[in-house]
Amino acid sequence: MMMNNTLKNLSNITPGTIVEGKWHKNRYVIVKELGYGANGIVYLAQHLNQYVALKLSHNGMSITSEVNVLKSFAKVQGSTLGPSLVDVDDWMRPSGKVSFYTMEYIKGPDFLTFIQQKGSVWIEVLVLQLLSDLHLLHINGWIFGDLKPENLIVTGPPSKIRCIDVGGTTIQGRAIKEFTEFYDRGYWGLGSRKADPTYDLFAVAMIIINTSYPKRFQKNSGGLNQLQMMIRQKPELHKFEQVIISALQGKYQTANEMREALINTDKTHTRPSAPKTSNTKSQQQHSKPVMQQQTRQAQTRAAQSRQTIVKKKKKRYALETMLIVTTLSFLYFLYIYGQL
Amino acid sequence: MKTGTLKQILLITDGCSNQGEDPIAVSALAKEQGITVNVIGVMEQDVIDDQGLREIENIALSGGGVSQVVYSQQLSQTVQMVTRKAMTQTLQGLVNKELQQILGGSQTVEDLPPEKRGEVMEVVDELGEKVELEVLILVDTSASMKHKLPTVKEALLDLSLSLNARSGDNHFSVYVFPGKKNDVEKLLDWTPRLESLTSVFSKLTTGGITPTGPALREALSSFKKKRSLRSLLSRDDEQYFEESV
Ligand SMILES: Nc1ncnc2c1ncn2[C@@H]1O[C@H](COP(=O)(O)OP(=O)(O)OP(=O)(O)O)[C@@H](O)[C@H]1O
Ligand SMILES: [Mg+2]
Repeated sequence: MMMNNTLKNLSNITPGTIVEGKWHKNRYVIVKELGYGANGIVYLAQHLNQYVALKLSHNGMSITSEVNVLKSFAKVQGSTLGPSLVDVDDWMRPSGKVSFYTMEYIKGPDFLTFIQQKGSVWIEVLVLQLLSDLHLLHINGWIFGDLKPENLIVTGPPSKIRCIDVGGTTIQGRAIKEFTEFYDRGYWGLGSRKADPTYDLFAVAMIIINTSYPKRFQKNSGGLNQLQMMIRQKPELHKFEQVIISALQGKYQTANEMREALINTDKTHTRPSAPKTSNTKSQQQHSKPVMQQQTRQAQTRAAQSRQTIVKKKKKRYALETMLIVTTLSFLYFLYIYGQL
Repeated sequence: MKTGTLKQILLITDGCSNQGEDPIAVSALAKEQGITVNVIGVMEQDVIDDQGLREIENIALSGGGVSQVVYSQQLSQTVQMVTRKAMTQTLQGLVNKELQQILGGSQTVEDLPPEKRGEVMEVVDELGEKVELEVLILVDTSASMKHKLPTVKEALLDLSLSLNARSGDNHFSVYVFPGKKNDVEKLLDWTPRLESLTSVFSKLTTGGITPTGPALREALSSFKKKRSLRSLLSRDDEQYFEESV
């Protein structure tokens, strides 16, 4: 996409510039640009001898909405879903107000760069890590949405994958806020854009394919056929084929399920003499219901906690609604009465 | 909070109008009638037409909408983004009005301290998921658009996919300009599904002038017709939401 005009004003902030917040008065010294996207631009900045990532945007709404997601992530215990939030504020420039937030600086190469540097043995490790994080995210009622290699940074040592850019992160059951075509099941004609765990798992499968096609590829016939053909053309993808295809078809209900399947592929591939499918199958059958139950419980828990927030508001509306209904019924009664 | 139905016009064009009234004026008129005008400029790589660009920005500006220039390959994603952004913008405008009634003065969400904006955004998000949406798509089919039309079709089907993932109702209608006989021609009457577009779109012929202004005006009147048809069917035009600020 072309950089839009408004972003251009934000893209040439020189190192050393001080960004001071209007509300909290924190001062950030710009160090260098880290990258930009459709919604804003991110700089490395220094605050009290600490590095932070500072995201600026003229679109205050998108800043607020991302901050909401990061705040909600912060409540998930012991988790590293997304960068942790540091501060939200407005920067008053002569040319106008710019909203920004600062967050933990996640240092490291992006997913594809890391794989290119360190070799494809890392694919599996990183995808397994990613699936654990996604599972936690999902049971807390969120879908990441815009999952793609650029939004995955590998920090370390020890190497650990981290998600950045929560601009696409959507409450489960709603319409996905933001996506990137190549990783989007709707684009490939393989499903809807309703936010559910299978939406993210589709993107994970596409990310694995992406490692063999760093430049991605265009849709021609689309659908499962084209994707299957692309997988089969790359020998290094063969061991993942089953898992990728199942994820593309939405067969894994949870990220943990896909994770287990990936671990099991590894067993069957590296040690052909190891206990065969019949064994793993019965194992899976045993473990699946328990897992699903856990998720469901957790999901309702998450949903409940959301509900409690809304409940207070709801009560007042209930009263209002009742008032309206009563008034309307009364008017209707008068109307009918008048007709007689 | 009462939001009614959100009405949007999505204009897809590649440049300058050259016939009839000023599209910027018609767009301003649309805004006055509560209809947002969004514009997507579909460009060739390396071709930057300053005058066309300015027109695209100004139509959206006076129509209270969003504009974006894009190369044709990335059209689908842009159509989704622009529509969504415009929807959020409109909803936030409505929420602002509500706020001003509660708080008095000319306070908007943006004037609140950052901590308070979050809750408002949640309301906007939820409304965006549930609100009823009417999108009239207006496609430039003048000669220069010929080879871009397959991409436009793809992008529109894709938009239908995005919007139909929401729980709120959608209504789409498609017009092209110039039409066979008139400035503008109706291709698809109001429908919740855009898929039926596929067959009509392939039969489209391109060519002729670019009467953007008159086309926009016709689009406006299509919203009016819809409204009167609805009141005839005695369906309520307004929806009530339990949400409030
Ligand atoms: N917390 C962070 N730590 C380090 N780098 C970051 C961080 N956040 C963002 N970046 C860098 O800045 C780039 C752009 O950030 P981000 O993806 O949030 O922007 P965006 O406008 O939302 O992009 P998109 O078009 O993908 O939606 C990222 O690709 C990454 O390189
Ligand atoms: Mg990004």
